[in-house]
Amino acid sequence: MGIDVGGTHTDAVLIEDLRIKKKAKVITNERDLLDSLWRVTDDLLREENPERLERVVLSTTISTNAIVQGKTDRVGMILVSGPGLSPSLLRINEDCHFIPGYVNHRGMEIAGIDRDNVSRIGERFQRDGIDHCGIVGKFSIRNPQQEIEIRETIATHVRHVSLGHRMAGRLNFPRRIATTFLNEAIREIYTNFVKQVLDLMHLRNVSVPIYILKADGGTIDIAQSGEFPVQTILSGPAASIMGILSMVESRDDAIALDIGGTTTDIAVFAGGVPLLEAVGVTIFGHKTLVRGLRIRSIGVGGDSRVRCEDGRIVIGPEREGPAAAFGGPFPTPTDAMIVLGLTSIGERERAKGALLPLSRHMQCSVLEAAKTIFEQTCEKIASACLDEMEAIVNRPVYTIHEILEDRRLEPKILYVVGGSARPMAFRLGEMLGCPVYIPEHAEVANAIGAALARTTAEMTILADTEQGTLTIGEEGDRIVIPPQFTREDAIGIAKEKLRERAIKMGAKEEDLEIEVTEDQEFNMVRGFYTTGKNIRVRAQVKPGLIASLRT
Amino acid sequence: MLKKERKTGLIFFPAFDWAISPTHPEREERLLYTQDQVFEEGLLDFDSIIEFKPGLATVGDVNRVHICVPDTRSVITESHLVSAGGAITAAEKVMKREVDNAFALVRPPGHHAMLVVRGARGFCNVNIEAIMVEYIRKHYGPRRVAIVDTDCHHGDGTQDIYWNDPNTLCISIHQDGRTLYPGTGFHREFGGPNALGATINIPLPPRTSDEGFLYILDHVILPILDEFKPDLVINSAGQDNHYSDPITDMCFTAQGYALLNDRLSPHIAVLEGGYSIEKALPYVNVGIILAMAGLDYSNVREPDYDPLTIRQSDEISRYVEKEAAEIYTLWEKRGLMREKLIGNVEYVRRKKPVYYDTDGISEQQEETVRVCTDCGGLVTIASAADTGNRIFAVIIPGQSCPACRAKGEEIYTETGKDKYNYVYLQDRERDIFLVK
Repeated sequence: MGIDVGGTHTDAVLIEDLRIKKKAKVITNERDLLDSLWRVTDDLLREENPERLERVVLSTTISTNAIVQGKTDRVGMILVSGPGLSPSLLRINEDCHFIPGYVNHRGMEIAGIDRDNVSRIGERFQRDGIDHCGIVGKFSIRNPQQEIEIRETIATHVRHVSLGHRMAGRLNFPRRIATTFLNEAIREIYTNFVKQVLDLMHLRNVSVPIYILKADGGTIDIAQSGEFPVQTILSGPAASIMGILSMVESRDDAIALDIGGTTTDIAVFAGGVPLLEAVGVTIFGHKTLVRGLRIRSIGVGGDSRVRCEDGRIVIGPEREGPAAAFGGPFPTPTDAMIVLGLTSIGERERAKGALLPLSRHMQCSVLEAAKTIFEQTCEKIASACLDEMEAIVNRPVYTIHEILEDRRLEPKILYVVGGSARPMAFRLGEMLGCPVYIPEHAEVANAIGAALARTTAEMTILADTEQGTLTIGEEGDRIVIPPQFTREDAIGIAKEKLRERAIKMGAKEEDLEIEVTEDQEFNMVRGFYTTGKNIRVRAQVKPGLIASLRT
Repeated sequence: MLKKERKTGLIFFPAFDWAISPTHPEREERLLYTQDQVFEEGLLDFDSIIEFKPGLATVGDVNRVHICVPDTRSVITESHLVSAGGAITAAEKVMKREVDNAFALVRPPGHHAMLVVRGARGFCNVNIEAIMVEYIRKHYGPRRVAIVDTDCHHGDGTQDIYWNDPNTLCISIHQDGRTLYPGTGFHREFGGPNALGATINIPLPPRTSDEGFLYILDHVILPILDEFKPDLVINSAGQDNHYSDPITDMCFTAQGYALLNDRLSPHIAVLEGGYSIEKALPYVNVGIILAMAGLDYSNVREPDYDPLTIRQSDEISRYVEKEAAEIYTLWEKRGLMREKLIGNVEYVRRKKPVYYDTDGISEQQEETVRVCTDCGGLVTIASAADTGNRIFAVIIPGQSCPACRAKGEEIYTETGKDKYNYVYLQDRERDIFLVK
């Protein structure tokens, strides 16, 4: 069973033998997501035996909404920033405390921390009623000891602590701060939600593993997710993209569009594989280290408000309500498509009525106005697709080999889902010069994507044979290695640790498609002698599906 | 510290798969820790810092600047086309006003590469700043350009290429040539007969620290720039003046580099040398990037920074002040020097030995310049090297006068292959490169 609790609708599908057995859709109750879950499973599981379920995967807006709507807890932040960016550029909230201490780029402790100072901050948090604490050090993924020390000192003063180095294995201190802050800020609301979901599933007699979808389109066992709720932000758009992936077979470059009411999400598949953000996703202005699918969202959708400014048509980015044909206050691209006869939903006369004032401004007929609006909507989306492909191709690379390789993207097909998929797909395909495919169950692609997503994880290894240490970024482990340690050894450890991590997160052995995504080795030379090797390995369980839908 | 934010382009290309040799300072590891620091500080997330992928320079771009012997492909690798391409990308972004300034944080470097190239000297094969400048002139029209070379080693390659160009001001500030490679860069090196004062050398004594560098900047470099009125200021941003550099002996700091870039405000900065890869480069580069973007760099310093141990002596301070006064006086008298030094001769010749230390090649060059008041003057170079190749090159300058052009074309036509293995014509104005 796959469930996607979206902003407007909550969708659910039941999949049997990789075929859609049942679909359900209810309006999301924003104030009570559990109510939406209850109703949608009511529809779906009626006359079904819950014991026959193998897995349940849930994609939810709970974390995203908590951040966007500011339903977050106050978080005390303790930052070990050292020299570099000025603290004024790092202050994420009013409760930020910068303390002395420093770990350098090789993970060597250059300046220690003052535990008394930390204790005083802890007391202050307690006095101010701050229960949640985020601790982040610069380069802490290279050596987490200072973060751990601070936690030990402060543990008695607060209820829960998140450590920066556990968030992700990538370098980026400001993002590590933001990620840790968000993780702690939404923890309470998230863990409550998880508890209620588990209760609900219990009441429904569901006793199989329950997973939650992450921003990278992968899953995590819901019971394991409580420490890292931030991983579940922006999982909604990821669900749709994974859904499209499950319904297509191509291994070519492709563009996937989800045309919604307010926005259109654009994803690019390179050789059939969805691309990930290079560093992490951005939510509500916060740049994070959360691994996520690379999805560009533009403010153009079926319900975008259409205006006329100085005789020119402007579409979006705001949505002021549904289309005029459905009683909305302003004309929209949907109204234009209704007038043009591209779709037969809504009340045509209302749509026409809404376009009339625009057509007067433009000094043309209503039909011509509709045509212009439709064309411009499609053009906006098509040009955003081209920009996105351009941006992907122009991503910086750091080796001569990659510069010379200079791979181009040549989309062979355009996948379209979402409310306006059918009326717009053909024209978009013409503009982008590729054939169009609208998957059969496009309206519940998100729930299908959730249902079939596999557990994903990433592992970052840095071996420094000069120091004789190997650091596992995400786990905070530091182990001793011998001088003759090799790149092959590092890859072996990365794969093994990644396997363990993924299994712990709920992966099944047969779904572990592990790939090494980064693999570099540098001679370290001091004076005129080689003193060691600096080996960097990153491995991941690829975002993907446990299986594709049968068609 | 409140500053006006600027949009800065960053072309970061560490060439993680290229080295001169496995243990050479110019090796894969060089920008590894810089990358770590730049990534960890999150610099690429600032709206005012935009990263661009380097383009590839072409052989044509190289031939606009150099006479490569026997030909361009034989003296370069792909890595040089990428690093020159990175500098060109930086320039493109500035010239198209996509950004206010740009930093090409690329390797391999180029400022020791002279006009004639037979191999690598001082870790450099081709001059990436010069290739960039001539690219700009070709695509955006003639420009007055000032190149301020803040590498610890004298920028002798850049000086050689622009020796006769009155429209390119080359200022090099470096450790005194009596104590460091390449052993040149003294006051008396002041530019060719038609470009006197367009080459300025500022040798500084070993152990000069921030104070001395900034004194020179404020009292020599900035006033000269004010008078030269360049359209473009380029910083040839070597980072080996740093107190921790293993192959030099200066006491400059990351904070000093940031201050220098803030005050100099170059349109384009291009990385040159700098081999303290762990203790200096990560911090220096973060400082330069923040300064160029107009962001607060006041907290940038090395973890082991101790101002007392690296502070220059009073003796050095006095020396630097005297040096500044002398150089500025020299600059002011550049007009008078022309009459005194050149008089009424028609041609000026200089002989110079060139040693390609990386490749172990010795070369003897004779450069002849036509004295001209209307352009930079026709240049011819005859050169022989211990590799056996004798060559002759005719260089017609950009914005050349009809007389220099006619003479140059005539010499190229008349010079036969009997005496030389190769005869080259480099027409910078018309962007023509011929070999026979």
